[in-house]
Amino acid sequence: MGRYLIRRLLQFIPVFFGATFLIFVMVWAIPGDPIRALAGDRFLPEQVRQELRDRYHLDDPLPVQYGKYMGGVFQGDFGDDFRGRPVTDLLAQRLPITVRLALLAFGFEVVLGIVAGILAGVRRGGFMDNLVLVSTLVVIAIPIFVLGFLAQLVMGVKFGWFPVSGVQRGLYSYLLPAMVLGSVSLAYIARLTRTSLIENLRADYVRTATAKGLSRRRVVGIHTFRNSMIPVVTFLAIDLGSLMGGAIITETIFNIPGLGRAVFEGVQRQEGTVVVGIVTFLVVVYMVANLLVDVLYAVLDPRIRYE
Amino acid sequence: MSDRDRERPSPGSPAHAGPTFEELEAEPIIRREGSLYADAWRQLRRRPMFIISGILIVILALMAIWPGLFTRADPRACSLADSLLRPSGEHWFGTDVQGCDYYARTIWGARVSITIGVLVTACSTLIAMLLGSIAGYYGGWVDAVIARLTDIWFAIPTILGGIVILRSIFSTRGLLQVSLVLIVLGWPTMLRLVRSAVMATKEMDYVDAARALGVRPFRIIRRHILPNAIAPVIVYATITVGVIISAEAALSFLGVGLQLPAISWGLMISVAQNRILTAPHLLLFPGALLSVTVFSFILMGDALRDALDPRLR
Amino acid sequence: MATTLSRDAVAGRPVDPAAPLLAVEDLRVEFRIDAGTVRAVNGLSYTLGRGETVAILGESGSGKSVGAQAVMGIIDSPPGFVTGGSVRFRGVELLDLPEAERRRVRGNRMAMIFQDALTALNPVFPVGWQIAEMFRIHRGLPRKAAGEKAIELMERVKIPSARVRAGSYPHEFSGGMRQRVMIAMALSLDPEILIADEPTTALDVTVQAQIMSLLAELQQQTGMGLILITHDLGVVAEVADQVVVMYAGREVEKGPSLPVYHRPAHPYTLGLMDSLPRRDVHTERLRPIKGSPPDLLAIPPGCAFRPRCPYGREICAREEPPLAAVTSDRISACHFWEEVSRERAGA
Repeated sequence: MGRYLIRRLLQFIPVFFGATFLIFVMVWAIPGDPIRALAGDRFLPEQVRQELRDRYHLDDPLPVQYGKYMGGVFQGDFGDDFRGRPVTDLLAQRLPITVRLALLAFGFEVVLGIVAGILAGVRRGGFMDNLVLVSTLVVIAIPIFVLGFLAQLVMGVKFGWFPVSGVQRGLYSYLLPAMVLGSVSLAYIARLTRTSLIENLRADYVRTATAKGLSRRRVVGIHTFRNSMIPVVTFLAIDLGSLMGGAIITETIFNIPGLGRAVFEGVQRQEGTVVVGIVTFLVVVYMVANLLVDVLYAVLDPRIRYE
Repeated sequence: MSDRDRERPSPGSPAHAGPTFEELEAEPIIRREGSLYADAWRQLRRRPMFIISGILIVILALMAIWPGLFTRADPRACSLADSLLRPSGEHWFGTDVQGCDYYARTIWGARVSITIGVLVTACSTLIAMLLGSIAGYYGGWVDAVIARLTDIWFAIPTILGGIVILRSIFSTRGLLQVSLVLIVLGWPTMLRLVRSAVMATKEMDYVDAARALGVRPFRIIRRHILPNAIAPVIVYATITVGVIISAEAALSFLGVGLQLPAISWGLMISVAQNRILTAPHLLLFPGALLSVTVFSFILMGDALRDALDPRLR
Repeated sequence: MATTLSRDAVAGRPVDPAAPLLAVEDLRVEFRIDAGTVRAVNGLSYTLGRGETVAILGESGSGKSVGAQAVMGIIDSPPGFVTGGSVRFRGVELLDLPEAERRRVRGNRMAMIFQDALTALNPVFPVGWQIAEMFRIHRGLPRKAAGEKAIELMERVKIPSARVRAGSYPHEFSGGMRQRVMIAMALSLDPEILIADEPTTALDVTVQAQIMSLLAELQQQTGMGLILITHDLGVVAEVADQVVVMYAGREVEKGPSLPVYHRPAHPYTLGLMDSLPRRDVHTERLRPIKGSPPDLLAIPPGCAFRPRCPYGREICAREEPPLAAVTSDRISACHFWEEVSRERAGA
């Protein structure tokens, strides 16, 4: 286990620097004036532009720029907005809201997705199976912002079951956005769980478990479940990325003042440095979360620890 | 059944002159005639999933190529006097804020979505096939370098990466810019797929045989490996068209994708969002068409997977 | 390995003291798949006594494994269905038992081991846990006591440093050790019948011999009945009391193993012998059976073996051969069994 973790950590390092470098290059190393590009149509006085050039070390050679940029990232510095306020302040203020939304969505998609997948997979070709297959396909096909507006229109405006926007009503106001945010991944998790369960139910060890005189419930619930979860866990890691992208859209639709909404506002107000700062932060979070999921993966599947 | 019987050589025929010990152990194989693709096609023709998605995709393709087949109205001929009309006999989908015929605009929106979906998928598939087969075939350090590069790309989620690149590099964003960014962000997933398919096929005996006969690597990849590794690529590419269309719409919706006056479903929904209470039709029509489009491609991918992936038979 | 539970009842039903340990009669199993109905087992009968070994011999697809799974009651249904016959365990009909009661027999009174222990053991649980599960489920032992029992069993099947190895996962064992784990698990509750489905096929030759002798030793200690499914005639001659030869779902020859081995009365059995190197008979060269087993969806009329049979004649294509009594305790399903058995008359 220890060796696996060390190896995984060593693999993490080049990916971490590679990804941050990629973002860095795309933003700061493009031809022309990056500050002007980031400001878009917005007018910046010459003095502000020069301050920003200094702030982001744009007059240094590229490697030095990257070094200073990474140094900043390690100290939790993700840049300033055009008025000189650090992005970190914004993060501190907005992050808890997004975390709340994301955790709710994550719990929703994992629990319901796995349950639906198991119900479908246990009786392949049965009513539940077809229901899950069709409904997940529909959910996957509807883009999240269409789904968001539909949910808002139907469940919020028409029936009035949920608050339409904002977070004034505490955790309750997060429910509908969380369901929308988690819905697509829920569908994927359900399908993946189903396929994986069906595949594992055909495995030899399932026959052994039956021959041991275990009940069907125990064969599926204990013996097959853990094996079936291995690909699902792998998916969860990848899925965190779409959860973040989805959070930007969901928070925009439901007017939730989290990080995603901040990205959207940054785009609207032409605050390029804020957008880049938050996205960089999210990518770092994504990479670290992926590392954690890989550890969980090793706990689930003893075989990979010894590879 | 009779086909199957014809397939099997009769006992004592020359093919069985020297049976080996293995035959004693051999499973009674149920032989399938024809290639995987002929077989898949025969299966697909009877599948409702395939037929429905096929018809939808043909209609959408026609819509993208000849929008005039579906509407005579000019999507850019608008009169402010007709602003925000509800759907009626004259304007089937109503009109938007500028008073443009919304049905015409929705139909014309297919062009951008489908062009981007197909273009991005085609280009990232090509890149992935090239790099993936090189990585899978040669292995070693070439593979290691390409694999690490993919890992790095993988660490940047599509929407996040799209926002940063589109926001910071391009001041005007048209179809080409958006496509380029989606290609840049989209190839790694496909590459992983091609690479593992090539690696699996490379182990086959006939590839060894070709290599032993002195066939050149490029020809081996092109003639012997890719045709056999391509089934999962076809499935995934079909689904990708849908995913890319959805991603383009999301980026346009967030204000970092296409810009007005382009006609795109994502943009239409973005404009509609402030009026969902007063004019929900502005949201519903492009939203529905967008969903149907994405649905068609994903359904088609599912149908193809069922037919082409023998493990699931 | 004494258990406190009464062994004089099967799933609550009293046993018949005069009945054999296991009596299988005219067992039939079908698989209903899209392409048609496969009659995987088409009339299989044998009896197994205490301490006895019955070998079921045949190629892959002959129905030998399916027949055993039907006895255990672990056929996937659908698509598999037991469509006829009877399986009586000490006189109690198992096929009539409701699933919940059948389950109490499985693992507890009869156990099964499989060909490839790597895939047959669950990859994500330690082997000790997998053995202990038997005691926890069937005997209700607490986790700790069950774990101790598991270690005892691992010692009994001669796994070195069992206490340490109990925490290891299947992929960390060698093939032979893994099969020992399977055997320990199967024997944990002291079953009266053990079904071994090609237990040594996946192993090296030297390890094969170790596993077979371990099985023989354990059988001697416990007096359990052993059903050995194999395609290896040599093994049959060494360890089996009775042998049933199966081809395309039917039994083609049956009887005490040594007479069958020395003087086969069915061309298929004869073919199996000629295709194997033998220690006791000098053969010029090996003669494999020509052709391949029939497609079970399209078994030709008449004798299923006819297309590959050197004795095949016109009648064989028309009439399915009846089970003919070769001696009082042997049968053969061949029109020309007398001719076939003369082949080895001098041997």
